[in-house]
Amino acid sequence: MIPPETTSKETSEMSKAGGPSEETAEAAPDLSALGVREGAGHAVHVKDLHAYYGQHHSIKGITLDCPANEVTALIGPSGSGKSTVVRCINRMHEEIPGARAEGSVKLDELDVYAPGVDVTAVRRLIGMVFQKPNPFPTMSIFDNVAAGLRLTGTRSANLRERVHTALRAVGLWGEVKNRLSEPGIGLSGGQQQRLCIARTVAVEPEVILMDEPCSALDPVATLKVEELIDELKERYTIVIVTHNMQQAARVANTTAFLLEGELIEHASTNDIFTNPKDERTERYVTGKFG
Amino acid sequence: MSAVSGLPEISPRRRRTDKVMRASLLVATLIALIPLILIIYYVLKKGLSEWFKSGFFTTDPNGNFFGNPGGIRSAIVGTLEIVALATLISIPIGISVALYLVEYGKQSAFANVVRYFIDVMTGVPSIVFGLFIYIVLVLGHVGGGFTGWKGSVALSLLMLPIVARAAEVVLLLVPNSLREAALALGAPRWRVVSRVVLPTAAPGLLTGSLLAIARGMGETAPLLFTVSVATVLTGNLGAQMNTLPVQIFQDITSPRNEIVARAWGAALTLVALVLILNIVARLVSRRSRMA
Repeated sequence: MIPPETTSKETSEMSKAGGPSEETAEAAPDLSALGVREGAGHAVHVKDLHAYYGQHHSIKGITLDCPANEVTALIGPSGSGKSTVVRCINRMHEEIPGARAEGSVKLDELDVYAPGVDVTAVRRLIGMVFQKPNPFPTMSIFDNVAAGLRLTGTRSANLRERVHTALRAVGLWGEVKNRLSEPGIGLSGGQQQRLCIARTVAVEPEVILMDEPCSALDPVATLKVEELIDELKERYTIVIVTHNMQQAARVANTTAFLLEGELIEHASTNDIFTNPKDERTERYVTGKFG
Repeated sequence: MSAVSGLPEISPRRRRTDKVMRASLLVATLIALIPLILIIYYVLKKGLSEWFKSGFFTTDPNGNFFGNPGGIRSAIVGTLEIVALATLISIPIGISVALYLVEYGKQSAFANVVRYFIDVMTGVPSIVFGLFIYIVLVLGHVGGGFTGWKGSVALSLLMLPIVARAAEVVLLLVPNSLREAALALGAPRWRVVSRVVLPTAAPGLLTGSLLAIARGMGETAPLLFTVSVATVLTGNLGAQMNTLPVQIFQDITSPRNEIVARAWGAALTLVALVLILNIVARLVSRRSRMA
């Protein structure tokens, strides 16, 4: 279990902050009702992370700091381990048979790999958006967003409100408000992906991991998701995997370049793309390989 | 650049092979259909007139040597009750086994042993299940001699591997991305299974279950050894009961034409029951998916 002091303090802080922020909701109506205080997100510290798939040693000791309320992009060629790193942050990596991870991942001071930590609690704090939109096919649009709350057994008196707020937060409200009871898989690909982000946001995590969230989307839908990421970082710490370097340049505060399971360079996005220190980074961002 | 000047010719031999292959596949399909159509035609021709004889669905076989031999009411009631109980036993257990194999056991040694035994059990002749229950429960006088519920137990042994195998295939079809989505939201495994995996697989699980029920409904051998034969109407699963397959089995060997005709009527009833069950289940599943 996560030490009870930590979680209870956090939730009580959240509920306390929820009150006043709703009153000031007029300025930024879409996001502030979510109950998380602005500019007070949590940082992710990855230290000496090693990850294995069976015998295959895929992450070879990565240390990476993702500052609070910033977007950290992970770039690198296929097979460099970007996805594995983010899957280690919320402990989804170990769901793959034979996969394991060593090292430490900390959310502020909380080590998510500490013995006795409840993985479901970790994942509630660190949400995840996947490469392919994966709404639940048996559920309506409303139920899809509510799924996170229901699946975690969160009793919420204002479920409707939270679902509506999450849909507003991802800019989907106007498009779906008249058909909330229709199946979620009836939406377009881009809408489905924003629905999945709404589902993640509705649980009110502290960190959102995105594993190539736009690679199955067309350019217009991609732009919408990128704008959304920019808004979401006011509330959440975001780690995004992308193989699209323009996307990293557009959305990320800092960018980390991975190659063959090692972290080559992590610096401000501007530096990575205009003034990389490592020669391999330069060759990658200028398109000479990968 | 020069323009495309016609596509290469297809050789006559290739054309001929294509025609021959297509024709032979069509013939094979038609041959497979012949017995099916003949069965339906024969059962309808011989059985349908029985349905309209007075008292066919409302009286029981009476054993009289002359006159009306009676209807099949007790057999319908017995079959429905015995199969219902067998369904209640085999489907929850069968789906649970499949859930264990897909969600927890995966490729572990134990899971593979379970899979192997399920395959073996699917191939066991139904009479063996009847004999097994006969020796253990009937000769052992567990709760009386021949009783309806022992027939249910024998049928459920037969249905269990069918349900488990069909359910495993269906559960494997549920995309892993849905499980991951639910797990990444912080859902515990049991909620992922009960709220995401099972509802997604529900239509397929229903089809697999129906297959097992239909199979169980038509079985004669396990019932002969466990329920024995009765003609009177009883709703009591603790007594000997009449069932459609056993009734057909007995009637068809009778020297009296009326009784042989009753067997055809009963056979048509059995086919109709399976058909009705299929239609009802499909309607239910369609409605629940809309909701």
